[in-house]
Amino acid sequence: MTTGTGKSSSEPAESPPAVPLPQTPEASNWAAPVAHLEVGAMPTTALNLNVAGRRLAGPVQGFGRLWQKTYRVRLTGADVTPAAVIRTWKERFGDFWPKGNHFYGPLTSLQPGEVALLSLALPGKMTLSTGVLVIFADDESFAFMTPEGHQFASFITFSSYADDGVAVVQIQALLRASDPLYELSMPIVAQRTEDRFWNETLRTLAAQFGVGDAAVEMQRVCVDRRRQWRYAGNIRQNAAIRTTLYKLTHPRAWFAHHGDS
Amino acid sequence: MTSGTTTIEVRHQSPTTGVIAITGDITSATEALLMDAYGRASDDATRSVVLDFSGLDYMNSGGIGLLVTLLVRVQRQGQRLLAFGLSEHYRQIFELTRLDDAIGIHDSEAAALAAAL
Repeated sequence: MTTGTGKSSSEPAESPPAVPLPQTPEASNWAAPVAHLEVGAMPTTALNLNVAGRRLAGPVQGFGRLWQKTYRVRLTGADVTPAAVIRTWKERFGDFWPKGNHFYGPLTSLQPGEVALLSLALPGKMTLSTGVLVIFADDESFAFMTPEGHQFASFITFSSYADDGVAVVQIQALLRASDPLYELSMPIVAQRTEDRFWNETLRTLAAQFGVGDAAVEMQRVCVDRRRQWRYAGNIRQNAAIRTTLYKLTHPRAWFAHHGDS
Repeated sequence: MTSGTTTIEVRHQSPTTGVIAITGDITSATEALLMDAYGRASDDATRSVVLDFSGLDYMNSGGIGLLVTLLVRVQRQGQRLLAFGLSEHYRQIFELTRLDDAIGIHDSEAAALAAAL
């Protein structure tokens, strides 16, 4: 596994397109607005199936109940600053993901405006091909926003801060299930799958800094119990359905992308 | 009210419109301050809540999340959330995060208050 390319890696096929950078230091922490996502150079093993051309969708555009989920781990005993944690995390984000999940990001470090492709393992040996946009990044945090069709319409912030001289690492997601089908799966599998995913990620990250068997604290708060029925039509872009259909109709191409999984 | 580098003031522009003026930073650490301000800006007669960002210095992704939470509370009360005073930079962030789908952005206080009627 190589630094910065997630669990799978190979040479990029072409140079990435130039990303317009804002003018001021403050502005450079944020991505520029994008009408539709564009995907730059990616490893040949990455499948760009539900990302290019999609709009971003935050909690305002999602269907299901609004949840705020927080996962936190203390790096007790580790001699590391919050900025050093975030630097490592941005450089090797996908390396800390659970086995079977792939993050195809930039070759160096996550920067605002960059699009990453994701291949996520779902229960029942299903796979979800989707992506994220890095909307914000500074020395002690970075944040993603999801595209239409992703399981969650969400903002997710990864941060680190010092508490009593100990670096604390936190993931906080504000999310709605994107459509009625995803919402149906929330109490059955999606919540638990999400919790396990970030729990394992934080434990692996903690181990990177020498903290073995770290305890991850989790909080789940329902911020809004209402479902936003005007967004029920998001199901048309459901990435799980579209990934499954692609897998059935393009088995050779699918194997070419996932034969290494 | 003041907390750290943030000051939030509330004024009632009319019986149906409350204005929350934010000076300083909006981050997740501002949650208690902003929600308290909303509690003071809103009552049974309030139909619109207007955010005055003229004094906004800095907002990070935690601040955007906080605005989503505020939006939910406002909508739950059947009210509208409006805003004015955003710099071009923060207007772009509202556009990027698509908060402008749900929060009415206006060029001036007069325009926001007119829309609030």
